[in-house]
Amino acid sequence: MTDILSARYIHAAAQAERREPFVVPAPTRATRLTPARLPAGLRLLGPIVVIAIWEAASRLGLISPSTLTAPSTALVTGYQMLADGSLLPHLLASAFRAYTGLFLGVVVGVALALASGLTRSGEALIDGLIQIKRAIPTLALIPLVIIWLGIGEAMKIFLIFTAVLVPVYINTHAALRGIDIGHIELARTLGLTRSEFIRKVALPGALPGFFVSLRLAVALCWTALVVLELINTQTGIGYLMNRARDWGQTDIIVVGILIYAALGLVSDAVVRLIEARVLSYRRSLGS
Amino acid sequence: MTFHRPLPSSVVLRDLSRGFKGKTVLDRISLEIPHGRFVALLGESGSGKTTLLRALAGLDEDAETHGHFSVPDNVSVLFQDSRLLPWMSVIDNITLGLRRPDAQAAALDMLAAVGLADKAEAWPATLSGGQKQRASLARSLLREPALLLADEPFGALDALTRMRMHALLFQLVERQKPTVILVTHDVDEALLLSDRILVLKDGRIAEDHAIGLPHPRRAHQPEFATLRQTLLRSLGVEVDNV
Repeated sequence: MTDILSARYIHAAAQAERREPFVVPAPTRATRLTPARLPAGLRLLGPIVVIAIWEAASRLGLISPSTLTAPSTALVTGYQMLADGSLLPHLLASAFRAYTGLFLGVVVGVALALASGLTRSGEALIDGLIQIKRAIPTLALIPLVIIWLGIGEAMKIFLIFTAVLVPVYINTHAALRGIDIGHIELARTLGLTRSEFIRKVALPGALPGFFVSLRLAVALCWTALVVLELINTQTGIGYLMNRARDWGQTDIIVVGILIYAALGLVSDAVVRLIEARVLSYRRSLGS
Repeated sequence: MTFHRPLPSSVVLRDLSRGFKGKTVLDRISLEIPHGRFVALLGESGSGKTTLLRALAGLDEDAETHGHFSVPDNVSVLFQDSRLLPWMSVIDNITLGLRRPDAQAAALDMLAAVGLADKAEAWPATLSGGQKQRASLARSLLREPALLLADEPFGALDALTRMRMHALLFQLVERQKPTVILVTHDVDEALLLSDRILVLKDGRIAEDHAIGLPHPRRAHQPEFATLRQTLLRSLGVEVDNV
């Protein structure tokens, strides 16, 4: 009904405009309290400016290739490495470590968050432990984990797993705990069973928090990898970069950095795509 | 607190008191409501009317409660905010927790009755405020409650939508004949819909009016206007010829 009214109002306004094209006064300059929304793609302006300055400085000889290679040179090197097949095994090795750790971290993080968010005994047992783990930097665990698991793949995957676990747990648990009290009351007055409540109210309500944690996790699994691939390995992007440092190949170092950046952006975009699908009910809210 | 089987009356309260952290909100309220009556609870903010409704709905378990009350087994609550779950379609929302084999068909009938037949598969976020409240009404009445507890269900709606909702609620309640307790600030709403109006003051029933006016009621009827003035005065609004 309000729609009918507003439609009628718009119609009347349109008619008025047709008769008197200049009847609408020019809007006075209102103070903008928030910046206007950025047009799509304009967010890339900053990176493009930096890359252009970098490229120009390299060409003009202001930056020596032994300090930092030009972005164009890095792109050519990257393409050559891709073409001759020397890049792919390293990329796959890194991806395997990162995503195995990510997968384990997400599964265990969600399981712990559910146990802790939905049961009192779970919260008593789990929450304190994770809070302590959160206070310890992942990298500080490296010496101990090397003693436990050696210096092979298991150590690397384990450390990525523990790094990913924490934000997944924290955000998912907070979302489960922060469930709308109104929804709990509704569930009680509708006579839902505990299992119905968990499946239809608590879990869907916690999904947005879970996706926040997933976006943090996909970035984090690659971050942890860089350091870990400096330790005893012959494969991986981190290893490539480390070896390039020994040989003074700044172009390969830049290729590695570009790959990390690209993987981070692509992973985030994939998660956001899935999120938009799963949480499609929110699209109508104007987000 | 004990529950008796409801016998002659639908809702019975005996010396029901309820307080939060030592502060008394309901003070020894006794009340009987026969089956199928429409009772409005009026009162200023803080008079205890919502607390009374929530007590009957089985909410606020952490409150300190004394006395007895009994309500039918099948109680449904209509909240001020529609409380539709945003991740479920309208039809899934209104059938949530409903245990009857023909839930889907009955839900579609009920949606048609509240004028939302074409919104069954819509997300709640796409509905207007009035449509959400109609969906919420459908969810409550689909359960064919013996007692419908409504907590200012139209308080957040605009005046025109509210008038339509009054007509809709009255029509649906006539069909199912549940006992209704409606908490409201709105004297006109109470006068239009109810058989009996209770005025709460400081946690006690200060006034109890039987409303014998025939339906449909009109605000310009003399008896309506007189009652309206009386009620407004007891709510602390001094009016002449409003």
